[in-house]
Amino acid sequence: MTFNAAHLLGIEHLHPTEITTLLDLADRYAEESRQGIQHKDVLAGLTQINMFFENSTRTQSSFELAGKRLGADVMNMSMATSSVKKGETLIDTALTLNAMHPDLLVVRHGASGAVDLLAQKVNCAVLNAGDGRHEHPTQALLDALTIRRAKGRLHRLSIAICGDIAHSRVARSNIMLLGKMENRVRLIAPPTLMPSGMQEFGVEVFEDMREGLQDVDVVMMLRLQKERMDGGFIPSEREYFHRYGLNAEKLSYAKDDAIVMHPGPMNRGVEIDGTIADDINRSVIQTQVEMGVAVRMAAMDLLARNLRAKRAAQTNVAV
Amino acid sequence: MDDILFHNARLIDPVTLTDSLGAITVKDGKITAILEKGETRPAKQTIDCGGLCLAPGIVDMGVKVGEPGERHKESYRTAGRAAAAGGVTTIVTRPDTTAAIDTPETLEFVARRAQADAKVNVCHMAALTKGRDGREMTEIGFLLDAGAVAFTDGDHVVTDAKIYSRALTYAKSLGALVIGHVQEPTLSAGSSVTSGKFASLRGLPGVNPIAERMGLDRDISLIEMTGARYHVDQITTARALPALERAKRNGLDVTAGVGIHHLTLNEFDVADYRTFFKFKPPLRSEEDRIAVIQAVESGLIDVICSMHTPQDEESKRLPFEDAASGAVGLETLLPASLRLVHAGHITLPKLFRALSLNPARRLGLDCGRLIADAPADLVLFDPDAPFILDRSKLRSKSKNTPFDGARLQGTVAGTWVAGRRVDQE
Repeated sequence: MTFNAAHLLGIEHLHPTEITTLLDLADRYAEESRQGIQHKDVLAGLTQINMFFENSTRTQSSFELAGKRLGADVMNMSMATSSVKKGETLIDTALTLNAMHPDLLVVRHGASGAVDLLAQKVNCAVLNAGDGRHEHPTQALLDALTIRRAKGRLHRLSIAICGDIAHSRVARSNIMLLGKMENRVRLIAPPTLMPSGMQEFGVEVFEDMREGLQDVDVVMMLRLQKERMDGGFIPSEREYFHRYGLNAEKLSYAKDDAIVMHPGPMNRGVEIDGTIADDINRSVIQTQVEMGVAVRMAAMDLLARNLRAKRAAQTNVAV
Repeated sequence: MDDILFHNARLIDPVTLTDSLGAITVKDGKITAILEKGETRPAKQTIDCGGLCLAPGIVDMGVKVGEPGERHKESYRTAGRAAAAGGVTTIVTRPDTTAAIDTPETLEFVARRAQADAKVNVCHMAALTKGRDGREMTEIGFLLDAGAVAFTDGDHVVTDAKIYSRALTYAKSLGALVIGHVQEPTLSAGSSVTSGKFASLRGLPGVNPIAERMGLDRDISLIEMTGARYHVDQITTARALPALERAKRNGLDVTAGVGIHHLTLNEFDVADYRTFFKFKPPLRSEEDRIAVIQAVESGLIDVICSMHTPQDEESKRLPFEDAASGAVGLETLLPASLRLVHAGHITLPKLFRALSLNPARRLGLDCGRLIADAPADLVLFDPDAPFILDRSKLRSKSKNTPFDGARLQGTVAGTWVAGRRVDQE
């Protein structure tokens, strides 16, 4: 087993073998969850705190469920209503929490880099559940696991990521992960939603969706992040759907067995046609949700092992 | 008889652009003579410079001192100490304090504070518009009478061209120097880094470097219209340089500066969201950095300054986008600038042309030169002595330097203001 990280802050610092280790373990958890096999001992005695500075339903409940399946004591803190609103800084909040001695800290924050900052100030394992437009590593890992299960491999695939790349942390994490695993990544977006300098990441950039979808194995749609936009990125939702929404006609440019993914929540009729999203032969969107729990179980399991090893080493030194 | 004889010194002369061994005599706070190697004159005190460099003290154009309003970040006492330790003999303060220095009364207050506490010369810039909010010009005449050496709204851009042009016209009639911050604010709003690969990788909102040229183009048009005396606080991108060059060639009274951090660091130094590397404008690409250094070398960019901006720990210990901008620089300006010399980009006399002579000239000060009758504002330094910077040892109240732990070369052996040694505590 190779997984040496103390935190899961992003895909950027993971080695391909660490990714494979994590996915292998997640695969096992996914199978066992389906069979109803429980592992309440894995995180028994550990405290997991979910700190969501941005509202989230799916990711937070996925982390909560993952922790509970492995026997952790899970606490949810809704930071939108806490002392953060009273002016407490992120660092002070982190120090306060640290004094409660949590073991696993799951953090989502609206500012890029905020989770890295917090991780420097606490003694527990930190999992990034999304920071600003920077990274969302567990989402990329669950996407990778979904692809690997559907396609039988996670290398030498042609994968299109379509939509609001500019505002998407999911896109950044996926670009890095899929690149590390030696896939061909294509980005499709209107130029206003394509961040500058993307060509330098070793990806192909397309403005025309049909051209970009040509013969791809995987179509990964992104949500149009209306809440992160301060106006003027696209003329209208209907024009966006016309040019960049995924429908059967555009999907026909991809390989016949191409799968369709979406990190959710979906804007039906904006970036994806409802019939595609619901097509059980093409859409793996529900599998993504299932794999989300498995990947988060694996991530917390591996980080907890490293945490316990580190603490054991410290105790030995003390003795 | 002279008061002091500095002999056996490597004289760095930014006027003649020479670098030669010689001596200097000082009497009543002024330089009395420049002596060639071997020449000597009797003096009450003789200082053997041991072959180290003796240059006109640095005139740092654009220093933020936290008075009034933010004395916990920097006071005149600490800024003065930091300046003396860094070879800066004249601090030119910015008016972007809380409240802004926008009335003669506030200016008189800070002048009094500086007079009482700072060990080096202090000149003050005043705001161009009241409250730096770009709506109404300040009392430029009264402020000039109170001693303001230039007018600027700091990093606030006067967006309304009509108001700006009136302020420029009025300033022109009084011969006042106006300092602009060139940035198209509607393009740069919300950004914290330069757009490009790094910004995309870190998920930080970036501004295209063209925003600087847009700001410069607009300001130059207005200078052409009004004929005002104008200086750009910081030119940091290659794309703005041709516009600056054209303006100078067309005979406009335009000069430009650059902050030391944009000459020594680039956008990748931000690395993992290090907020001590957050600047306004943001750090640029390596290509821009090199182009701007070359512009300093050629003289197109006139002035290097520290853009000393003290910030407390609280305002930097935040997520990158929320953190305050700027870094302290008074003490690190000289060793950081010497990086350009050691890298072979610029000679010592040309460096001091940008650090001392040009800012003094632009502000109408008689310092910044090694000539008879100039004030004896001098810095003696060893350009090669290596050290590792420890931010906790900085004299500034705030310790927000990007050079913490950096290997630097160049230590100050002594700083004199009007013939008085000021760097000994």
